[in-house]
Amino acid sequence: MNNARRLVAIVPAWNESGAIGGVVDEIKQFDPSIDVVVIDDCSRDDTAHVAESRGATVLRLPFNVGIGGAVQTGIRYARDEGYEIAVRLDGDGQHAASELPKILAPVEAGDADLVIGSRFVEAGGAYRPPLARRIGIGVFARLVSILGGQRVTDTTSGFVALDRAGIELFATQFPHDYPEVEATLVALRSGLRVKQVQVDMRERVAGASSITFVRSLYYIVKVMLALLVASLRRYPRLERASR
Amino acid sequence: MTPVRVSIVGAIASVLLILVVLELVRGRRLKERYALLWLATGVVLLVLSIWRDGLNTIAGWAGVTSYPPAVLFAVATLFILLVLLHYSTVISKLTDENVDLAQRVALLEERVSRLRSPAD
Repeated sequence: MNNARRLVAIVPAWNESGAIGGVVDEIKQFDPSIDVVVIDDCSRDDTAHVAESRGATVLRLPFNVGIGGAVQTGIRYARDEGYEIAVRLDGDGQHAASELPKILAPVEAGDADLVIGSRFVEAGGAYRPPLARRIGIGVFARLVSILGGQRVTDTTSGFVALDRAGIELFATQFPHDYPEVEATLVALRSGLRVKQVQVDMRERVAGASSITFVRSLYYIVKVMLALLVASLRRYPRLERASR
Repeated sequence: MTPVRVSIVGAIASVLLILVVLELVRGRRLKERYALLWLATGVVLLVLSIWRDGLNTIAGWAGVTSYPPAVLFAVATLFILLVLLHYSTVISKLTDENVDLAQRVALLEERVSRLRSPAD
């Protein structure tokens, strides 16, 4: 790892006191030079204290703003503190720190502004989600591919790496709930170089997935609408940071 | 033709709406900005209630032949939809501003605690 380059890990967490300590430890063990920022989305448990006691910087939101708003808080922190590269891992432990080099490599090499850790780049990956979810992920991926003009396979992944251009884009515009799919399209339409790499993900360590069956309908309709209007909007093409 | 009673009741209701809105503004419980659409609603309904020939003419344009006061309901509904839509945009803006403020509070609190304990 290159220590001269400042790298921040953004970890959104809501009621993850059971998993967040392990997540912070794992990142720090993997590379002590990474600054870990946990965004506590107004948890009812002691997520913030656990994260702080493990040496993470904790951003405490005064009320629950949803996953997208929480992630964006971390991205704004990365922008304000001048970080060169940001990675996002979920606070539930499903993203392994040992997989970080895979999403970091293209950004560090200057080949991409946004790298998405995808579970489906290569056929025959270990991850086999339930059929309904697989169909949903596939439909979103197809839609974003068509509207964004580049083939993507897993737009729902929250395991991503950003360079300075990506940080600056998402610091100013990022959807507040269920953000990943729309954010991918916004990145493509803003002219960011988006790359996908194959990663493995774990089953969650503790807590429950935020996407329950009842919410999935809202999720699908909201994301569809967001994609539709995002494709009708104009996005200024971003100037990439010169290297 | 519009029954006279419908016109009277419509006029009274419109005047009541206007008075209630004015009173809310006077007591600073409603901002002028958000009172304007309500006042416009009240004035338009009042005009259509009193100006009976006008209501009949508009009903004729709209193809409402049997019962002109239906136009009164339609106009009232339209204005209420406008007010609601306007409020939805206001809520959306407030939501965005709220999240932005929450994010700034989180960032500033972290910075304050860092500045207070530079040893860490």
